[in-house]
Order: sequence, then structure tokens, then C-alpha cells
Amino acid sequence: MNVVDLSDLSWVVPLPVVLPLFAAGLALALWRHGRAQGVISVVALSLVLISSVTLLIAADSGPLVLDVGGWAAPVGIDLVADRLSTLMLTVSSAVTLCVLIYSIAQGVEDGDAETPIAIFHPTYLILTAGVSNAFLSGDLFNLYVGFEILLAASYVLITLGGTGERIRAGTIYVVVSLLSSVIFLLAIALVYSATGTVNLAQLGERLPDVDPGIQLVLQLLLLLAFGIKAAIFPLSAWLPDSYPTAPAPVTAVFAGLLTKVGVYAIIRTQTLLFPDGRLDDLLMWAALATMLVGVLGAVAQNDIKRLVSFTLVSHIGYMIFGIALSSEAGLAAAVFYVTHHITVQTALFLVVGLIERRGGSTSLDKLGGLAKIAPVLAILFFVPAMNLAGIPPLSGFLGKAGLLQAGVAQGTPLSYALVGGAVVTSLLTLYAIVKAWNKAFWQTAPDEPAPMRLPRGMVGPAAALVGFGLALTVLAGPLMSFTERAAATLRDPGQYISAVLPDGGRGAGLSDDVAEDAGAGDNP
Amino acid sequence: MIDTSPNLVLVAVVVVLVTAGVYLLLERSLSRVLLGVIILGNGVNLLFLVAGGAAGGAPIIGQTPEGQMSDPLPQAMVLTAIVITLGMTAFLLAMAYRSWQLNGHDEVQDDLEDRRIARRAAADLAAFEDSDAVGATNLDEDAAEVRDETGSDDEPPVPADTPADASAPATGGDAR
Repeated sequence: MNVVDLSDLSWVVPLPVVLPLFAAGLALALWRHGRAQGVISVVALSLVLISSVTLLIAADSGPLVLDVGGWAAPVGIDLVADRLSTLMLTVSSAVTLCVLIYSIAQGVEDGDAETPIAIFHPTYLILTAGVSNAFLSGDLFNLYVGFEILLAASYVLITLGGTGERIRAGTIYVVVSLLSSVIFLLAIALVYSATGTVNLAQLGERLPDVDPGIQLVLQLLLLLAFGIKAAIFPLSAWLPDSYPTAPAPVTAVFAGLLTKVGVYAIIRTQTLLFPDGRLDDLLMWAALATMLVGVLGAVAQNDIKRLVSFTLVSHIGYMIFGIALSSEAGLAAAVFYVTHHITVQTALFLVVGLIERRGGSTSLDKLGGLAKIAPVLAILFFVPAMNLAGIPPLSGFLGKAGLLQAGVAQGTPLSYALVGGAVVTSLLTLYAIVKAWNKAFWQTAPDEPAPMRLPRGMVGPAAALVGFGLALTVLAGPLMSFTERAAATLRDPGQYISAVLPDGGRGAGLSDDVAEDAGAGDNP
Repeated sequence: MIDTSPNLVLVAVVVVLVTAGVYLLLERSLSRVLLGVIILGNGVNLLFLVAGGAAGGAPIIGQTPEGQMSDPLPQAMVLTAIVITLGMTAFLLAMAYRSWQLNGHDEVQDDLEDRRIARRAAADLAAFEDSDAVGATNLDEDAAEVRDETGSDDEPPVPADTPADASAPATGGDAR
């Protein structure tokens, strides 16, 4: 009955979740063999990347749905790969693979075959599985499980080694994340009691019939839970305090992916469950405050890691801006911006890790003269930094231009205020980045760092990510048209719903084979 | 159909648990935060039982008539949530223990930014007072001290040749 059919690629859908989990188990069993662990992780994540690209191509012609365990949609849990989730999946798997190679090279370079490394690979793979699960989930509770998988792994990664500073930062991170998980769980309980389902597609059908007051409560609770994860002001204070203390690759992957999973969840729930956009004004204000507060924080920083963390917060505001416009153009630009930002932010953090290594510090007062002693590093920093600030013709500029266009097209006073705020934020980002650039690369070094060669294995992945960011610029046309199609799908929830719950046997919640058994059970 | 109106006793228990949990979560000691997380999590888990409606028969086809079954889905979700809470509890315990190992207590430390602002204000004052009397090296040292982010200790290291009065306000600023 379930013959693998090459034209139907839905069997690929669970691979990005299952492969890293299996590999994590294998890597944990081989904890004594660091090299084998590395090979397993790289192979697993490469396979994930391949299957993500396959899904990306396949999902462009319509969402792929897989019923886990053969139980069809409202009863069973399903994994759904539509344009948005496959795009997120592809970018995230490319980024995680680069960061993995970087961290392996760092581990080899530091020569530490000790305990932290033994758990690093399994934890990292589980983090990837959690991220993939969150992207693919077609079920609110499964989304929660995906979040918990990635959060549990991130707790371990952020406190890796257990030094005093990391425990301090980890405490903040863990407690805040736990609180947001509890709020998410609370929201799920309320959603279930209001509608009797947690399946996203069925929720999209049933929620419009729910009392508007209750809808508002559910929407606010979900936004609160995801807002903490996505670090939207005023729920963002935890991020710049906890991220910079982790090891460079860990910070990079957290900055690139974890907040974006929150943004993805916001996009998904806002478009599918609450398409009437009643809270758009609130989101707009939150976006404005996130942009400005975040970038002002960045301007005040004197430590390059913290500076970049603050810009991360401020640029989340752009994505929320695009979501809050709740127009097709706004969503398309927001999705484009998420794609751009995952790559650029991760690349920046990796390069900052290299700067820390080469210059011996992350404080802008102790760094200096790096342009002369490490010109490659200067280029690697300059390109993503300018990309982040939105200098034409890089992808950051294109994403911002798309957002501003969509904002102007909206034409309300609030959207104009946001357009202004976005421009100011962009300029202030440029200011903060240029400050870091001048101090780290051009001022005379307070004390010359010892001459050393940066390990090729670390420079390579960082350069690959920088190149990936540039490729997004070159391929901006096709990518933009893809995100426009994705936004069109998002704006029309009916498409998602009918893909998950087509009429007939599946609508009753039973797959064909199960339906026979159940039919027999009904008439004993 | 079975009764789906919420059970008031359960709701009251949820309210008490969530209130106590939030209160404990606001405490400074990590072990109390841990207890808060557990209680808060249990409160929300109970809410799932409320969401499931009144208890009925076992939800097995052929054993219970369809109208009188319990709703099995919230129970499945609660089980998952309990397992997750258990894992998180274990992790928080380990972190509280590690914090106790390192610092001799398990209190959540000051926010870095708060402390920096307090220290910067104090150091600005010191630099302003001493700038004429002491000279440039001390200014630099003051600045270096302000930027010191690695120290988790409450007292920043005092440079050897800094006058004692210059560092006094800096430590005073950290007192909470």
C-alpha cells in the first residue's frame, strides 16, 4: 500500500527531523571517538541539507503533507512542508552545516578532546532536529515539542563547560525560556478547550467561529510566548545578556536560528490562525520599539559580541514590521528578510569569533590594527557588516527596500512612522558597525597580538557563509519571486488547510487503511 | 455527550498553583525558581485536564459508548508536558548545583548591563575627581575597569597604584 513513489516526495518530509536524531544517538554512543562523531554529524547535516533542498523544489508546486504513523490529519500528527517552511529549512540546514564545520575546526585547533566536546555533537544535532521539527510541524502541540527539543539542546550548549560566566548567562536564558514555554503550553490548553483541536489546519477552520474576545486572548498568549523566543521588545532583554557568553559557534547558530524559529512561529500562527490581523497595530508598535531600542543598545556597546547581539534584536523588528503589514508584499519582504538575516547574522558571529581569536579580545578598546595583520578577516567582516546595515546592492538593502515599499504602500500614519524608524535604524546600524570596523581594524593596536595563522577550517565555513550571503544578493530576483509565492500561499490559508485536510476519508481523521479497521470497530 | 463545562475545583487549584509558581519564579534563589517552575508547570498541566472536560469511560472503541468516552488527547499532551518538565527540572537542578559549587550560593546574579551602568557612573565620578591629580594612566585603568565584563565577582580588581578612594565608590555602586 505504501510503495515508495518517486513522484510523491512526502517520504522526504520527516528526514530533516529523523536523521539528526538518529545521528545524535550514534554520536553519543561513540563519545570516546571525537573524529567519528565529527564525521557522523557532518554526514547527517549534509543529508539534511540535501533533503531540504529536495523539499524546497518539491514544495514549490504545492505543500507536501506526511501523516506520521499513518493516522491522517485531525487525529494524527502531520508534518507539512510548504514554501515558507522549506525555505526556512534549507537556509537553516545550510547555516548549521557551516557552523558545524567551523566548530569542528575550532575543536581540532584547540586540541581539546575533553568532556565538553563529547556532548557537543549530539546536542548540536538534537538542536537541528528541534529546529526542523518546529519548521515542519503542522500541529500546535508538535510545534511546542519542537521548541522544547531545540531549547533543551540550547540550554546545554549555552552552559557548555559550566564556567561561572556561562552559568550566570545560562540562568537568565533558561529561566526566561522556561517561562515562555509555560506560556505557550497555557495557550495550547486554552486553544484546545476553545476549539477541541491542536491541528493547525483544523484550527484555521475552527478559530474564526470562536468568540472574538477569546480569540484575542489566544492570539495575545501565543504572541507573548513566541515574542519572548523571537526577542521582540519589551521581551528582548534576555538576549544580549546571555548570547555573547557562549562559545562563538554556539552564539552564531543561536543568533541565526533560534530567534528566527520564533519569528517563523509568529508568521505561521498570524497568517493561518488569525488572518484578520486585529493585532497588527500592536505588532507595528512592538516592531518600531524593537528596532530603535535594539539599535540604540548596539550603539552604546563597546564589546563587539554584545554589539552584534544588540543589532540582532533590532533587526528582528524589521521582520515583525513585515508581518504586521499583513499584506502580500509585506510578508514576502519579511520572509526574504528572515532568509537574509539568518545567513548574515550567523556569518557575522562566526567572523567575530575569528576576530576574538586573532585579536585576543572582543573589547573594541583592546582590538586594533587587524586590517593590516589579517586582511582576509577584514573582508570577511566588512561584507556581512555592510550587508547587515543595508548598503546597496547587498541583500540587506533589497530586503529593507522591499519592506519600506510595502510600508509605503500601506499608507497609514503608523506604517509611515515605521518606514522612518526603519531608515533611522538602518543608519544607526551602519554607525555602530562602522564604529566597530574602525576600532577593530584601523586604530593602532593597543598591544600587538601574537602572530598566528587563523585555522583554515574556521575561515572556510565563515567565508562560505559570507559567500552564501552574497549569493542571496545575486539570486535576489528568483528568491524574491519565491518569497512572493510563499507569501501568496500564506495569505490564502485555504490552500494549506485543503492540503492537510482534503475532503473524504482524511477529513474524518482516518487514513484509508485505518478507516477500514475503525469501520469494523464501529459495528462489532 | 459528556459534560464539558469546567470543573471549578480544578480551576481553583490551577489558580493557586500558577500564583504560587509565579511568586516563586520571581525569587532570587535558583532553587526557589526551580520550585516555581515545577509548580507553575503542574498548574498548566492541570489546566489541560480542565480542557479535556469531565471524566468518562476509557476511550476504547467497543468498550465505552462513543458519547461517554473521556477525551484522551489532553491526557496525552499532559504526559508529554510532564516528561518535558521533568527534564527541565533535572537541568535546572544541575545548574543550581553548579552555581552553588562555583559561588557558594545559587542566587541569580545581577544583570550585566545594570551593573555596568552602576559601575560606569561610579567610575565617571572617580575619573572626574582624580583626572587632574593623578594623570592619564589612572584614567585608562579606570576605563579598563569599567569595561571589565568578565569578572563575576562583586568587587572589581583594584589596580595597584589607584588611590583607595577612587575605587571605593565603584564597589559601593555594586551593592544591591
